[in-house]
Amino acid sequence: MLNISKSTLILVVLGLIAPYVLYPVFVMKILCFGLFAMAFNLLLGYVGLLSFGHAAFLGTGGYVTGYLVMETGLSPELGILFGTIAAGLLGAVFGKLAVKREGIYFAMVTLALAQLAFFFFLQAPFTGGEDGMQGIPRGTLFGFIDLNDSLNMYYTVLAVFLFGFWLIKRTIHSPFGQVLKAIRENEPRALSLGYNVNDYKWVAFIISASLAGLAGSTKTLVFQLASLTDAHWHMSGEVVLMTLLGGMGTLFGPLVGAASVVTIQNYLSGGELGNYIHIIMGVIFVVCVLAFRSGIVGEFQKFMKKNFN
Amino acid sequence: MCADYVLQTKNLVKEFKGFTAVDDVNLNVERGSIHALIGPNGAGKTTVFNLLTKFLIPTSGQILFNGNDITSMKSAEIARKGVVRSFQISAVFPHLTVLENVRVALQRKEGNSFHFWKSDKVLNRLNDRAIELLDSVGLASHADSLTVDQPYGRKRALEIATTLALDPELMLLDEPTQGMGHEDVESVSDLIKKVSKDRTILMVEHNLHVVSKLADKISVLQRGSILTEGDYETVSSDSRVKEAYLGVSEEETA
Repeated sequence: MLNISKSTLILVVLGLIAPYVLYPVFVMKILCFGLFAMAFNLLLGYVGLLSFGHAAFLGTGGYVTGYLVMETGLSPELGILFGTIAAGLLGAVFGKLAVKREGIYFAMVTLALAQLAFFFFLQAPFTGGEDGMQGIPRGTLFGFIDLNDSLNMYYTVLAVFLFGFWLIKRTIHSPFGQVLKAIRENEPRALSLGYNVNDYKWVAFIISASLAGLAGSTKTLVFQLASLTDAHWHMSGEVVLMTLLGGMGTLFGPLVGAASVVTIQNYLSGGELGNYIHIIMGVIFVVCVLAFRSGIVGEFQKFMKKNFN
Repeated sequence: MCADYVLQTKNLVKEFKGFTAVDDVNLNVERGSIHALIGPNGAGKTTVFNLLTKFLIPTSGQILFNGNDITSMKSAEIARKGVVRSFQISAVFPHLTVLENVRVALQRKEGNSFHFWKSDKVLNRLNDRAIELLDSVGLASHADSLTVDQPYGRKRALEIATTLALDPELMLLDEPTQGMGHEDVESVSDLIKKVSKDRTILMVEHNLHVVSKLADKISVLQRGSILTEGDYETVSSDSRVKEAYLGVSEEETA
């Protein structure tokens, strides 16, 4: 039985009509970052783990897909697949090391490892260093869907996004997700019930890293570009902002947060306030943390619960 | 060697940077009994608990469960063997429902706890058993409420139900009545009495009334070592125990 909730249905419908109302590349950017933030939120919101190195997975997905598609002429679907797998494997290694530590130490381990990945991408011959990889061909999906057509590209991105959305939703509402929530709520108790909590954290980390890689791979095809920006620690910070702004621990929060951040950035970077973009984002972050800690979706849910329940 | 001991410790020692918190403790917990560990603050009761459940690693000594050495096992591992603990502060999962708290304990034996691709509806078949367990601690009518909203007494009862879900051979209760009002103390001690059937309980408890009512055997801990052992009458009439608790010696009161 396919059980689709009302909110998911609205999401699908909005996704389908969006390119006729908005500029498709803009919506694709939101979807890619939305997926990235949702993957990040799986760890922060549902296991209670703050990773400060998720840019490494976004970057890995992007570079691997970019390289395979451009240098070996691989088809886009396989390019995305291998980009995702590469990010997942890197996540397996990083995660194995990071889950041994908790709290701020976990965050620092992920940051340090992500910095290693960043310097690898900076130095490695195939990444183009500071210039990045440019002019990556979008190619033809499954051999017959030309992705150079912007609507074809858009619906491919939407499909990828909805797959990621489904997987995260399923993971949260699975037997595994129950254990994750138990770990988030009370780790010593979960341990004393016989759960090897580090193994559960590790699997969650791998799923999160893979989906972050999927977002990076897809984004690379959209913009035909893989650059250091995606692997930089700024990106790891930005995804924290997106998730907190939208509402961590909610299903739609990260998407809303990503949409808000991308919209603000796009709007500001064109105008005369472009130079102040970091200050404005910083202020938004401070206001969010001080005034509405549950984020946009979290506060909305509280409001609905208070007034319509 | 007597086979009737579920849990034994042999010369258990735990040192923290020059301070010996647990000093040469030999505990023998008899099968089917309620064994209480008492002692003044800082006597090392909770440290002993943490050693037994591997939240701390002993400096030296041995821990035997059913005659097998479990000294080097990990927390989760001994829980799967049947040694399950509670915590001093109520250990529940606050933002899960009361039912989910118990179910997450039942879930482990299902072997699907890594299945992230399955719907959690597969867990619903555990609901009947979970309700049964909640009923045994008088919480069945609160099954669908969020745990964080429950009063303290109910959280403790829920914690016991969650522990029972694992059907442990040995239950370790760390101050089960701590911070409770009078009525809650009564109901929780009744509950402990009830669940002690078919299993062994080792508990740390401050409330001597509860100890006198429940415990078959009492070990008194002072400054990390066992001062004396026996039933409530023996222990409560021991002058060294009074001294440890009240800080006065016989000579001074005489």
